[in-house]
Amino acid sequence: MTLCIRNALHLEAPVDLLVDGDHVVSMTPAGHVPPPEGCEIFEARGLVLMPSLIDAHVHLREPGYEYKETVATGLEAAARGGFGSVMCMANTRPVNDNAAVTTYMLSQAAKSHPNGPRLYPMAAATIGLKGQEIAPLAELAEAGCRAVSNDGVPISSSEIMRRVMEYAADLGLVMSDHCEDPTLAPGWLMNEGVASGQLGLKGQPVVGEALQAARDIMLAEYLRLPVHIAHVSCAMTVDIIRWGKARGVAVSAETCPHYLLLDETAMEDYNTACKVSPPLRSAADREALVKAIADGTIDIIVTDHAPHALHEKETSMDEAMKGFTGLDVALSLIWGLVHDMAICEADLHRLCCRRPAEIFHLPCNGFAPGDPADFILFDPAEAWTPSVNNLYSKGHNTPFLGQELRGRVKHHWIGGVRLF
Amino acid sequence: MYDTHYLWPHKDLLDVTQLTADDVMHLLDLAASFQEINRRPVKRVPTLQGKTVILFFAENSTRTKVSFEIAAKRLSADTHALGKAGSSLNKGESLLDTGLTLQAMHPDLIVIRHSSSGAAAFLADKLSCGIVNAGDGWHAHPTQALLDCYTLRHAWGGRFEGRTLLILGDIAHSRVARSNMHLLTMLGVKVRLCAPRTLLPAGVETWPVEVFGDLDRAVDGADAVMCLRLQLERQQAGLLPDLSEYSRRYCLTLPRLSRAKTGAQVLHPGPMNRGLEISDDVADMADSRVLDQVSAGVATRMAVLYLLAMQGGRS
Repeated sequence: MTLCIRNALHLEAPVDLLVDGDHVVSMTPAGHVPPPEGCEIFEARGLVLMPSLIDAHVHLREPGYEYKETVATGLEAAARGGFGSVMCMANTRPVNDNAAVTTYMLSQAAKSHPNGPRLYPMAAATIGLKGQEIAPLAELAEAGCRAVSNDGVPISSSEIMRRVMEYAADLGLVMSDHCEDPTLAPGWLMNEGVASGQLGLKGQPVVGEALQAARDIMLAEYLRLPVHIAHVSCAMTVDIIRWGKARGVAVSAETCPHYLLLDETAMEDYNTACKVSPPLRSAADREALVKAIADGTIDIIVTDHAPHALHEKETSMDEAMKGFTGLDVALSLIWGLVHDMAICEADLHRLCCRRPAEIFHLPCNGFAPGDPADFILFDPAEAWTPSVNNLYSKGHNTPFLGQELRGRVKHHWIGGVRLF
Repeated sequence: MYDTHYLWPHKDLLDVTQLTADDVMHLLDLAASFQEINRRPVKRVPTLQGKTVILFFAENSTRTKVSFEIAAKRLSADTHALGKAGSSLNKGESLLDTGLTLQAMHPDLIVIRHSSSGAAAFLADKLSCGIVNAGDGWHAHPTQALLDCYTLRHAWGGRFEGRTLLILGDIAHSRVARSNMHLLTMLGVKVRLCAPRTLLPAGVETWPVEVFGDLDRAVDGADAVMCLRLQLERQQAGLLPDLSEYSRRYCLTLPRLSRAKTGAQVLHPGPMNRGLEISDDVADMADSRVLDQVSAGVATRMAVLYLLAMQGGRS
């Protein structure tokens, strides 16, 4: 079964894409090669052709918090948002610290989305995310986990962190670390700075993140093992990562669209919709992060999709949960950076597809012959406004709710199968 | 004198930053006229008859709650007090649901105290009745600042311009310090802050104040000193060494106060930790305004309740 996507725009060039079954056959300048006999033709009419994106950091909440999100609703939001692969964190209930939970997540995905998006669970680094005993990572890897993380619950013991990195490395699993010194400013609600001082909200200084990132990078250098720094939020951590990379440490890093677009001033009306972990930082931090994704210091963009129920956000600042949803809106937000020329379209492919695939050893579509036929057609001109009525995630807790965005995914194929 | 034609434009009182200097002077004039009622043998006027004021104190308070309650009752408003222990917040009800439930009883005003900065603003955004912030976390305590302002106005003969006020103590965690800093700066007072660095807020260098670590220098030439209560939990949180060291460095004593202007005013929002942030002889001296503040509190809150209940929200 062959398929030809005709007249799509790939990196601003008109192309035809030929797909056979689940893989790419060729991508050629539009009109150069006639489609084979009997081939299904899909007219792209100038829509932008991109590889399906990979999101290496989402929370799908199932099992345990199905009122916030399920594997089914999370994967639907991923598909609609242009993501062909997502890596879901282990902070479910029960925690994904044994094969039964991983198997359950994958079976839920197979039930609701047999044709993708592809789900790659992350193994809990430690039992119950408690930071004390290493989880049975071999069992978890065998069940389908592709990386390790104690996300949301920082590992304060450097001894445990070291042993997790070593043990995971034997299994080919990368450790993705939520960097936060939990002893510095416990109970923080936002970034520590001018805004927190004025608002009277307890702040977390940037050094709370940078300290732990520095520890991880120094451990990685000493052990000669890779480490991945999750959701980098500030310039100080960017500098530490740059330092590590310059020394040849196998450190990779991610940030999220909200750290690239918002800063701490968004909290000024006590807007709990903007409460997130790590917190939104200063305007200077935001600018440093935009530079870091452009120059490759930060390798990838993830959403840290963290759905919550309305009542968990619509409350006082100290009670409101931290986190934003991202799968539905991320590509529109990142495309905004392309539109504003902070990054180019090729950077987007690198940040959201090629590099995450390299770091976590996942398949990805570089449109070379034999690559998985995971791709989207995207209309960069379509304006839309995220609202409770048009988001596919159960969670509507994005600070971009009600704000007009540009760019929507019109069609999505995974493994050569058209999802919509 | 109180101007009966002044149009009060605010539905809520969330912080002093929403007020203009004219609003403040109008409110203080009104408070002065209410102060006269408080000295009568029969301390009650029918002004707010038929109005309902709910006192929702989700954080413990004695003096502020009593002050609001007396203020409301002297204006003949019906009051109902609700503490955290007696409210459904203890049964897991959300702040929003508690607010909506109270509103469904059609109060004219809800006076709220809450431990979370921004809680009063959150309710004001969701509810249509008037909200009076009686203290939210570390953020704001507008009626305290107004009553302090009332007290200083009286003590200073009505002139704020060019005066110097020192606020002494735990600035970082103080809503009293924040609201007073905003209000008195607006009226032309030069505000100084004095605290160890561990009790100063992030970004204080951007505030329109002078910051001191040394009390002797900070108090030098001040027209008034406002001591703040030191919460004992700050020491437990590791922000301070032992309390006697704090007292040695930051307790307002007579020798220290002697460096201020002659006749400098001393204020304290209470309750005082005698011997910790303020010495007995300073607390009890003739120029201490601590009890005047309490008395001004009732009059000022009468003015706030009156303006919001009678005029608030009217466009």
